[in-house]
Amino acid sequence: MDSLAYVREAPEAEDAAPMLSSGVLAWARANLFSSIGSSLVTIGCIALIAYWLPQLVAWATTRAIWSATNGALCRQHQDGACWAFVIAKWDYLRFGSYPVAERWRVDLVEAVGALLIGWLLWTNAPRRAWGALLFFIAYPILALVLLRGSSLLGLPIVDTLLWGGIFVSLLTAVVGIVFSLPLGVLLALGRRSPLPVVRMASVLFIEFVRGVPFITILFMANNLAPLFLPEAWAPDRLLRPLAGIVIFSAAYMAEEIRGGLQSLGKGQYEGALALGLNYPLMTALVILPQALTLVIPGIVNNFIGLFMDTTLVSVVGITDFLQAMNNAIKDPIWAGPTIMVTGYVFAGIFYFCFCFGMARYSAHVERILAKGRK
Amino acid sequence: MSASLARADAGGGAAIRFAGVHKWYGSFHVLRNINLTVGAGERIVVCGPSGSGKSTLIRCVNRLEKHQRGSVVVDGVELTDDIKRIDEVRREVGMVFQNFNLFPHLTILENCTLAPIWVRKMPRRDAEELARKLLSRVRILDQAHKYPGQLSGGQQQRAAIARALCMSPKIMLFDEPTSSLDPEMVKEVLDTMTELAQEGMTMIVVTHEMGFARQVADRVVFMDMGEIVEVNAPSPFFDHPRHERTKLFLSQILH
Repeated sequence: MDSLAYVREAPEAEDAAPMLSSGVLAWARANLFSSIGSSLVTIGCIALIAYWLPQLVAWATTRAIWSATNGALCRQHQDGACWAFVIAKWDYLRFGSYPVAERWRVDLVEAVGALLIGWLLWTNAPRRAWGALLFFIAYPILALVLLRGSSLLGLPIVDTLLWGGIFVSLLTAVVGIVFSLPLGVLLALGRRSPLPVVRMASVLFIEFVRGVPFITILFMANNLAPLFLPEAWAPDRLLRPLAGIVIFSAAYMAEEIRGGLQSLGKGQYEGALALGLNYPLMTALVILPQALTLVIPGIVNNFIGLFMDTTLVSVVGITDFLQAMNNAIKDPIWAGPTIMVTGYVFAGIFYFCFCFGMARYSAHVERILAKGRK
Repeated sequence: MSASLARADAGGGAAIRFAGVHKWYGSFHVLRNINLTVGAGERIVVCGPSGSGKSTLIRCVNRLEKHQRGSVVVDGVELTDDIKRIDEVRREVGMVFQNFNLFPHLTILENCTLAPIWVRKMPRRDAEELARKLLSRVRILDQAHKYPGQLSGGQQQRAAIARALCMSPKIMLFDEPTSSLDPEMVKEVLDTMTELAQEGMTMIVVTHEMGFARQVADRVVFMDMGEIVEVNAPSPFFDHPRHERTKLFLSQILH
């Protein structure tokens, strides 16, 4: 007979979780075949993939033309990609009109840059502070001297008019990313500053830049900036769109970072102040590390957008990778129906690889930062 | 009055001196003519109904809140808009918050060494040694390499106390340190605070823990509606409250 009072006499044994909820079959049943409708969609998708994928692979591999000196062979085989075109144009796609004899300089800058970026991105790398110092201080000087040339070192000057291709795209993206993030941080902090002048200036800058299309910014940087500066200071034709991209990206970055700053509680500021930290120390050691971590997905989203936007510098006459591809496609020697598709598919793969890499890396960093903290 | 006289007047055993302090939040008069002197080594418990201005009062000591009239002198330094003086005071005044306010992106040890390294310019090794000593004093040395989110509320609050002590403060402020803790964790935090009091630390504690007040406080300050209503040693304060509002408040909390 149950009574209302109860007292336990022996402890309840701990038991393993039921097994039904794991395994491949259980997963497939729960996610792919949970109902008749879901099963039909799954089967339909599998059928489509089975139909399209082999054709796509064949187009890109077995039916493709891999070597040719002109477009004749590609014109005969129109059911496959014309990779021979990309291979033949590869040097132009990479360097633009950079003088052939000096292209080793670009190779060197790219190799050193890749090495340093790898060092910085490898989260467990030794002495990352040194890597950062080299990348942010020494590397820009090295890159400028090597790419532009220096009469002191006996390196012929190469005018930026001749720069082009992948290296200009990468240069634009790296400069944009490296400068827009710190500028964005300053703007975000400025927008929350208690000093009215700083706050107003930040708000004006951000709202103005956000309210104008990127191409307008590029044209303004390109055509208006020289009018307001003394002739001797007239910035280089590549520098102007670079500044435009930094300004444009920084405004969006600032808003992203402001979101992170706002999501921190008042307690973090008070905790830091009560310990005697002044504003710069509090911002650098307590506030920004947390705010930036919170908005990594948004920041990387901006980086990806920036990388895509670098293709727009062609409107002010810069030959970036996509523009170089456009130029290559117009070459009459290679004219043919498969050239354009091949060229743009290749460009798509190029941009996709970089952006996907950035997205995966940011996910990796988020996982590392999330570890331990909860 | 000359500057040296002002200094001498503020010193003379007084750790903190409020003189005619008023504060408003917008048009709301939150502190009204506060006059209170806290001697060095004295333990003050501030109590009162919520919204009575207790927290605002102690937050004026390290200028987390700014008073608008009167003067607050802490360890001989009068608080003004001068950021140097504020920093000077904050270096000597530790604070423990209701919600701990530990830095979630740093380990407990890093939380403790941050200010000594960056504000006191202490070498990292010394700062870590000091932090370990204080963490073992609050009995959470074994948690030193965990992040705040991995600790219980009571452990976090003890870590926060250790973090404040790492700056070797002359004065400690406690702003309802046990109010957001689960009941079974209140005692471990109060024990830590009692030990600190026994070592002679100057303390102002805003709390509803009347047992702690009776055991530890030299004086109890009762506040209501932004003013100090009654100040007395704990035994007469609890046993023979004089003001009607004190009697009402005590009858409400001491069932």
